[in-house]
Amino acid sequence: MTDHTNTTSGHRGLIFEEPLIFELDSMGSTAVDLDEPEHDIDRLGGLRRRGPVGLPGLSEPEVVRHYTRLSQKNYSIDTGFYPLGSCTMKHNPRLNEKMARLPGLGDIHPFQPESTVQGAYHLMDTLASWLKKMTGLPAVALSPAAGAHGELCGLMAIRAAHQAAGNDDRMVVLVPESAHGTNPATATICGYSVESIPGNGNGRVDVDALTARLGPDIAAVMITNPNTCGLFENEAKVIADAVHAAGAYFYMDGANFNAIVGRVTLSALGVDAMHINLHKTFSTPHGGGGPGAGPTVLSDALAPFAPVPFLVHDGNGLRMAEHAGDKDAPQSFGRMKGYHGQFGVFVRALSYMMSLGIDGLREASGDAVLNANYLRVRLSEELTPSYDGICMHEALFDDRFLKDTGVSTLDFAKSMIDEGFHPPTMYFPLVVHGALLMEPTETESKATLDQYCETVLALARKAKRGDTAEEFLSAPYLTPRRRLDETQAARKPVLRWKPEPLNHAAR
Amino acid sequence: MRYHPLTDADRGAMLAAIGVESVDALFAELPAGEPTFDLPNQQSEINVERALNAFAKENLSCADAPSFLGAGNYRHHTPASLDHLIQRGEFLTAYTPYQPEISQGTLQTIFEFQSQVALMMDMEVANASMYDGATACAEAAAMACRITRRSRVMMSGSVHPHYRDVTQTQLKHLGLGIACLSPDPIGIEDLIGRVDDSLACVVVQNPGFFGHLSDLTPLSKACHAVGVLLVVCVTEPVSLGLVIPPGAMGADIVVGEGQSLAGPASFGGPGVGLFATQEKFIRQMPGRLCGETVDADDRRGFVLTLSTREQHIRREKATSNICTNSGLIALAFTIHMTLLGEAGFTRLAEVNHANAVTLANKLDAIKGVKVIPQTFFNEFSITLPQRAAAVAETLAQKGVLGGVPVSRFYPRYEELENILLVTATELTTEGDMNLLVESLTELLS
Repeated sequence: MTDHTNTTSGHRGLIFEEPLIFELDSMGSTAVDLDEPEHDIDRLGGLRRRGPVGLPGLSEPEVVRHYTRLSQKNYSIDTGFYPLGSCTMKHNPRLNEKMARLPGLGDIHPFQPESTVQGAYHLMDTLASWLKKMTGLPAVALSPAAGAHGELCGLMAIRAAHQAAGNDDRMVVLVPESAHGTNPATATICGYSVESIPGNGNGRVDVDALTARLGPDIAAVMITNPNTCGLFENEAKVIADAVHAAGAYFYMDGANFNAIVGRVTLSALGVDAMHINLHKTFSTPHGGGGPGAGPTVLSDALAPFAPVPFLVHDGNGLRMAEHAGDKDAPQSFGRMKGYHGQFGVFVRALSYMMSLGIDGLREASGDAVLNANYLRVRLSEELTPSYDGICMHEALFDDRFLKDTGVSTLDFAKSMIDEGFHPPTMYFPLVVHGALLMEPTETESKATLDQYCETVLALARKAKRGDTAEEFLSAPYLTPRRRLDETQAARKPVLRWKPEPLNHAAR
Repeated sequence: MRYHPLTDADRGAMLAAIGVESVDALFAELPAGEPTFDLPNQQSEINVERALNAFAKENLSCADAPSFLGAGNYRHHTPASLDHLIQRGEFLTAYTPYQPEISQGTLQTIFEFQSQVALMMDMEVANASMYDGATACAEAAAMACRITRRSRVMMSGSVHPHYRDVTQTQLKHLGLGIACLSPDPIGIEDLIGRVDDSLACVVVQNPGFFGHLSDLTPLSKACHAVGVLLVVCVTEPVSLGLVIPPGAMGADIVVGEGQSLAGPASFGGPGVGLFATQEKFIRQMPGRLCGETVDADDRRGFVLTLSTREQHIRREKATSNICTNSGLIALAFTIHMTLLGEAGFTRLAEVNHANAVTLANKLDAIKGVKVIPQTFFNEFSITLPQRAAAVAETLAQKGVLGGVPVSRFYPRYEELENILLVTATELTTEGDMNLLVESLTELLS
């Protein structure tokens, strides 16, 4: 058969080769035509730029085509199934985008007089009310910009509470070994040292080991629930009670909140603080890596230390408390974020919550957990689940099924790409060998799950044949790029285009 | 529910495959006694639109009133193609590009973003973005302390007060000392006289919070003479189309807020933090980085790289805890910069500056009003004969968003009570300016 992949243009059907904008430069071109300035009187005090910036010039059609072609090199939730554990890649309703673009919500400035933005305040207050009612906790700090930022909010509140009580000799935070990397990194920024707590063989925290370590030096315990193995920490309340009895606080990482929304309150679990990833549970788009938002709910004990800004109700409506130490916020630990938080993300999340309602949210967690268990059961035919029994919203497998095949978790996952599926989360959590963590979410149909399962099972059978390792090792084959040399990227970092023509290999 | 594809028949078949009776049985490990929630049930798309429209209508949109607001957040024209392109589902609904074979779109846009930011700042490298300018500033100060192994930070009174507050909060438990100088409306603070070898860095902003443009070269020389790093904040990157960039004045780390080039204010968030530095410091840099490499067929491609700095690898030893950043807003920023190009970017900056000069002259002519800075880009501070907050409020009642009172940030500084920050951009018309001048004249007479 003729090899049709070697084309003259370099394009292959709908897969286009696309140069960098710098290589498309037509000197002097622009896609934005502004009127000339009215005058050239200058008050720059001699600080006018002396040479060009070095930016390329393109016309509008060239720009539109460039980004359209680039977009087509991306996998996305709109395109296909994204069973990425710990990431909750659910459908992003376009209603939410439309709402965020209403001029009265998108085109408002953070420092308009407060009388002109009462609608924005009411929207934030409504969102806060939903988050408080859904979690059963009395307060929420809306301003954290992402999950890790929310963790920082919770731990800063905890540290402030300990300081206020004269307990600043509590300097250790306990984190299970299965935790997200952000947990220990966050605790370090708070000045804490981090100690790891082992698991118990059933994929959950070893409660005996944890309680044995509690003492007067422990500031807080951070636990993800459901945990990163996709399991509910069914002794969460026991842990919380022990933590509280020892004078410490219980932080819950809410990355996996989607599994339990509408089915349990955090107050029932003894939680003092938890961040909520609006970009996971409440469907705001991931955008190729943000922006997200990580509002953090707080217990009565921690609420006084919440960061500014926050809304205050008074006789004339709502106003923003913006200054830590003022009479509205005497014990606030300070400000974490410019302005008032990720307002555009709040609009989208509230639009989603109102669309689903509490019945829809409960249905969402139900279907998310149902879908994950369906994957777990069907894939167990060939794959090796790490733990027995019912899982929550994600199913964890390890690489025992690949033993002696010569195929690694990475190779297996990469081969899924050629089949049109995004790989699951790989090699996380660290507590099992060669992890494959799959989170289907509630917005996938049974037909999609069935096709995925049949594909993964077929790949597993193929790997087990024993003579296919080479084929797996080089996958994927059908993507805009094959496997990339990450070692070279790290050893000789090329982090930007440079004017010299020798910028590596523009072939 | 319209977003949930499973039918009851699907659920039944799946439960049978799993071998449980009901969906609720999957939650048997949760605490007994399911709570009730005082929250409404699902609503149609039409009803949700009505509800959110009601919130929107309670606000005075900048689309409906001449706006002179700034203070770190600027309203510029957004080309139609920009908002169209960032809403392509392949960009909007993609995850962080951890699987480079199927993420070359996002990765190449990040590489181009990093290149543009580095060029604009005149720095060697930039990262893939931070949450916003304020958190980027905090990360820069912490990074300077790691590089110099010193623990004192000095922040100029020209730095946006939110950037100062966030830096103080984020560094408060790291054993670092932060000296914040008093707000400096008239631009006379002596930073050079305060530089000594105990400092890790000096943090300044250009143009400053009150509008002043400064030549930072003497300061960077004084810093470098004693091993101190200069961190420069840029809250209005449009200024870089006209003003000497921080790198050319000796900055070691440049941070900024990219919102003004990325899209509407959106009440202050999400923005996009810009972060640039010199190559020798990249291993101390926070945040994601995209790098060029080759694939198995030796074709150019892009990957996230140097992740051994990051939390998912290094855990408690990471340079920062940042994970999610501001990808889509960075995309909007880079698309706008590509649309503008060299010619458009320069023109945009020129028009902003010309309009600001015109507005400053008009305001200076009002009895009792005085423009404070001698030099500025598109924003400047003015002194009024009465409290600026009350003036801004009265102007708003007349349908003019006339400026940002400095007292909003510094309520305890009586001497700043009468100062208003005023901005003009390419969207500011002669008519807008005249309306502000007339309203202000009437109000003050």
